[in-house]
Amino acid sequence: MRGNVVIAGVGQTAFGKCPGRTTLSLNIEACRNALADAGVEKEAVDALVVKPPTSNPEFMYGSTLAEAMGLQPRVGGSWDQGGAANISLISFAAMAIEHGQCEIALVTYADNPRTGSRHVYEKAWGDDAAYGWFGVPAGYAMLARRHMEEYGTTSDQLGEIAVAIRNHGAANPNAQLRVPLTLEQYRQSKWVVDPLRRDDCCLVSDGAAAVVLMSAKRAKQMGIRKAVPILGFGQGQTSWEVPLRTDLTSTGAEVSGATALRMAGLTPKDIDVAQIYDCFTITVLMTLEAYGFARKGKSGPFVAGGRLAHGGELPTNTAGGLLSETGMPGLQLVLEGVRQMRGEATLQVKNAQTCMVSNQGGIMHTHSTLILGQWQ
Amino acid sequence: MSAAPEQAFPLPDTTGIGAHYWNALREGRLDYQCCSRCHSAWLPARTECPKCLAAEWTWKIASGKATLISWVIYHHAYHPWFAKKLPYNVSVVQLAEGPRLISNVVAAGTTLRIDMPLQLIIEREADVALARFKPA
Ligand SMILES: [Zn+2]
Repeated sequence: MRGNVVIAGVGQTAFGKCPGRTTLSLNIEACRNALADAGVEKEAVDALVVKPPTSNPEFMYGSTLAEAMGLQPRVGGSWDQGGAANISLISFAAMAIEHGQCEIALVTYADNPRTGSRHVYEKAWGDDAAYGWFGVPAGYAMLARRHMEEYGTTSDQLGEIAVAIRNHGAANPNAQLRVPLTLEQYRQSKWVVDPLRRDDCCLVSDGAAAVVLMSAKRAKQMGIRKAVPILGFGQGQTSWEVPLRTDLTSTGAEVSGATALRMAGLTPKDIDVAQIYDCFTITVLMTLEAYGFARKGKSGPFVAGGRLAHGGELPTNTAGGLLSETGMPGLQLVLEGVRQMRGEATLQVKNAQTCMVSNQGGIMHTHSTLILGQWQ
Repeated sequence: MSAAPEQAFPLPDTTGIGAHYWNALREGRLDYQCCSRCHSAWLPARTECPKCLAAEWTWKIASGKATLISWVIYHHAYHPWFAKKLPYNVSVVQLAEGPRLISNVVAAGTTLRIDMPLQLIIEREADVALARFKPA
């Protein structure tokens, strides 16, 4: 089904602080903007799928949102997979369209941990709290330490990732954080949980984003000129608890990326621009080698020397990702992938024909991959 | 004067399936579960074998020999109890018998490295027996 389904429109809210806004309101604004971008009437939507708000999950959120939007879609509901859910929902919606279960799908996500509650990100890990084991950053730090000790990955190499992405964010007028970063500043950044510094960690953000999917055939009939075809997708998962992983430096990103590349008929060499989930810098480093851009353990040297910067060999997170654009999990990376394929990005990569996008959740527990291409 | 609730030690749940584990530590043993059908070994406590799904298993006593898989160092306390311990490490430790657990390595003045051999030490904190490790 390579290329049979397209992203016909994208929409978002402002990123950063959205005080007093409910996630329903944020979702609706993003959907309204995505429908307007696609030139699609709300009445034509027959699928609405949503990732539940991370910081305040609600019972049957997908149905609550559909009601607030006056929709009774054929395909609807929410999918709980942490930060991997958005691309997974795009892939499920694409398959539903391909098989005649629905025709036009909205995939949307909103959250407001910045002005609302962020308790979910600082929780204890069950009984292990007795040992002082708390918080999401520590889980990623545990993976980072093993990678550093096993493969010689350095703090400066993690810093190179932060520098490239933060500088991209500084160029994005819609980014929440528009402050560039130097390696020297990175080195001065305070520990959050050693070996991760403050500048290794993503933002906490309010906001929403949405995409409209339909078949390529329907997009042609409707005369949609800015449609972006979906070339491939995949998913993968590793064990839930960090201590229970046989190999701390291997994740479901390997099978997810391989599945997506096989479907697209591409290899990592064919990818022109990447949007890699950067909740923490170590996530980018490990995802790049899992996808095959570098050999296992060699991602540290790979990201050095500005390779991920705009103008580098693999421009990555060209709108600033989770480190700068918005900390909301995942859809902003898909939106930037769409802008790159349309030729509308602020930091446009010249002649970019393909974009690989990653989403992931938990402590690199869930993973999903999307490959976008050019409209013929 | 009792401590304010938010400053209380985060007590593990010592009821239910985990009760045996915490009672064993209190008695000076680190026990793990072993499947009667497929002989796989695991922690934390579960009602079924995560490998073959059998509900028949027994508790076995760990030798206390282990290796260090990874560790982090907290410089910020997510819970008031740990503020006085900063900086402190939290480690992933693998028992010689296979199961892995979250723990602390007590190693003042020692440089930690992955795969270094460790030895179990059971320490009491807020009247809870905890499985910690020291360099072997
Ligand atoms: Zn078994």
